Amino acid sequence: MTRITVMDAIDQALAEEMAHDPAVLLMGEGVATKRRALVEAFGPARVRNTPLAEGIIAGTAVGAAATGLRPVVDLLFAPFLCYAMDELVNSAGKLRYLSGGQFDFPLVAIAMTGAGWGVGAQHNHNLEAWFAHAPGLKVAMPSTAADFKGMLKSAIRDPDPVLFFVDIALAYTDGEVPAGEHLVPLGRAARRREGRDVTLISYAKTVPVCEQAAELLAAQGISAEVLDLRSIKPLDEAAILASVRRTGRAVVVHEASRTCGVGAEVAALIGEHAWDALRAPVLRVTGPDAPAPASPPLEQAYVPQPAAVAAAAQRLMAGAEAAACV
Amino acid sequence: MGIRLYDGRAEELLQAMWLIRAYEERAVALQAEQGVPGTCTAVGQEAAAVGVVSALGADDLILTNHRSSGHLLARGADPGRMLAEVMGRRDGYCKGKSGSLHISAKDLGVVLTSTIVGGELALATGVALSQQMLGRRGVVTCFFGDGAACEGRFHESLNLAALWRLPVLYVCENNQWQAFVHRRETMLADNIAARAAGYGMDTAVVDGNDPEAVRAAALEAVESIRASGRPYFLEARTYRLRGHFEPDDQAYVDPDELAAWRARDPLALLEARLLAAGRIDADALQALRAEAYRRIDAGWRFAVDSPYPATAELTTDVYA
Repeated sequence: MTRITVMDAIDQALAEEMAHDPAVLLMGEGVATKRRALVEAFGPARVRNTPLAEGIIAGTAVGAAATGLRPVVDLLFAPFLCYAMDELVNSAGKLRYLSGGQFDFPLVAIAMTGAGWGVGAQHNHNLEAWFAHAPGLKVAMPSTAADFKGMLKSAIRDPDPVLFFVDIALAYTDGEVPAGEHLVPLGRAARRREGRDVTLISYAKTVPVCEQAAELLAAQGISAEVLDLRSIKPLDEAAILASVRRTGRAVVVHEASRTCGVGAEVAALIGEHAWDALRAPVLRVTGPDAPAPASPPLEQAYVPQPAAVAAAAQRLMAGAEAAACV
Repeated sequence: MGIRLYDGRAEELLQAMWLIRAYEERAVALQAEQGVPGTCTAVGQEAAAVGVVSALGADDLILTNHRSSGHLLARGADPGRMLAEVMGRRDGYCKGKSGSLHISAKDLGVVLTSTIVGGELALATGVALSQQMLGRRGVVTCFFGDGAACEGRFHESLNLAALWRLPVLYVCENNQWQAFVHRRETMLADNIAARAAGYGMDTAVVDGNDPEAVRAAALEAVESIRASGRPYFLEARTYRLRGHFEPDDQAYVDPDELAAWRARDPLALLEARLLAAGRIDADALQALRAEAYRRIDAGWRFAVDSPYPATAELTTDVYA
């Protein structure tokens, strides 16, 4: 174990996977400029700067993936993915199916997302639910340095296209990361804290928010479990349902806007499959249905805070009627 | 049925063109009689397809657009499996999941039929990057139309292929129509190849209704790509004789223009040239046409006999 930042964990994963498989290459605007060590280790053919053109970066990755390479593309900020939607959604996500399984598309698209830099809505927009809704794609959104490393390695080895989101607020946080081979499978949630009374379900930067909320709740005698989804798709339905069956209450927390967000999917899943275990409605604490503002206090207000998560859990503990008054 | 390789005899080209024409006529009939969906023909463009594909080797790869039946058939696709795909049957090239609009055939080196106009341009660079990085010899041929040349991806693709010296043969089948809009309404320039020259690419413009001229130009292009490793842009000037899709009454088409291009039907042009030069006789021509229609008939029977996919196929092949 060594203590490194999320960005260093990503670098480790890239270096290890490029050493592990000569078909892996990295492309994107500035990847060769920013990651000189990778260029020196693997050469300029495998670490490529590209024109500033997200569509062709993604399209090139899709074409390369179909014919024997394992491209990783850095598309910088999540809103820029809109320029690459056709290649990611219509090609990467659909062509395996449309070809009747003749072609595979093993590629990873990395993008930073979320509040933390005050860069405003054209750099900060949490789009994970869009891609989870599109067939054929997988979506990873880790919260710890160890998971960033282990999940990126798994994503690169995965035979299907993976959207890999890096929460800006987590990028320079650090954590214990196993040296060398460390694979974290896609589609498995992690229990960050055990609890009996309520499950706080989240991913990315709002996982530590939930952990802080659990501390607040503990001080009031409420035992909160914290579940880090880590993957949005595949979603670890079994882990969600098992936890809610134990606690009987759930709050889903994410920074992305509420409407048709991941929280809606998780709440529906619980309603469909664990209704009998629920002692109160499932609540959501999310970002608003508004673009992300640049002003620092507004940007922070956009992100769910520990007190709001704790308050939601308290309402659940007070009973269904109080919960409904949100 | 595997990849078809050509020695370049005119009868061979004509035979391939008749197979495409007979296939398109059957596809039109299937739409009219049975409502088979998604029929976008390339009637009138057979010479461009056969001319280019006949210049390719076994290692070369193809990406194409929604008017792909000619490219597939010229490459050696089994008309039965194509018709089965169009009719949504299990024995289609893509198990019936593609329909007519997205047929790919890995065994033939056909990586993609894209119905998103320009999608083939977006992926061609990546396929060519695989060829380059994995040390494969094959050239990547990318067919698209003048409509795709109006998409941003056209420019992004050409720029990157030129910059990275990718082995792409860009083939613009300039058929004068972009869905229901004439090319004159969408661009000031008459010629698309000039755009490619602007990206530092060698280009050629050829009469797309003359298969021998197209083949000669394509052979030169492929040789240039193999020698230099750099992309090449070939514009085939042709015309979409039928509508955007079936049915389409073409009421929006200038009748004089349509008549002028009908008079330049690529099959009739080649036949007339061969007959005039004594390179083929009328009996051989008749036999060649009859064989094309016989093969399409046989293919249609195969397709009709192929079952629909099981409902369980609905959610297979989504993920590996």
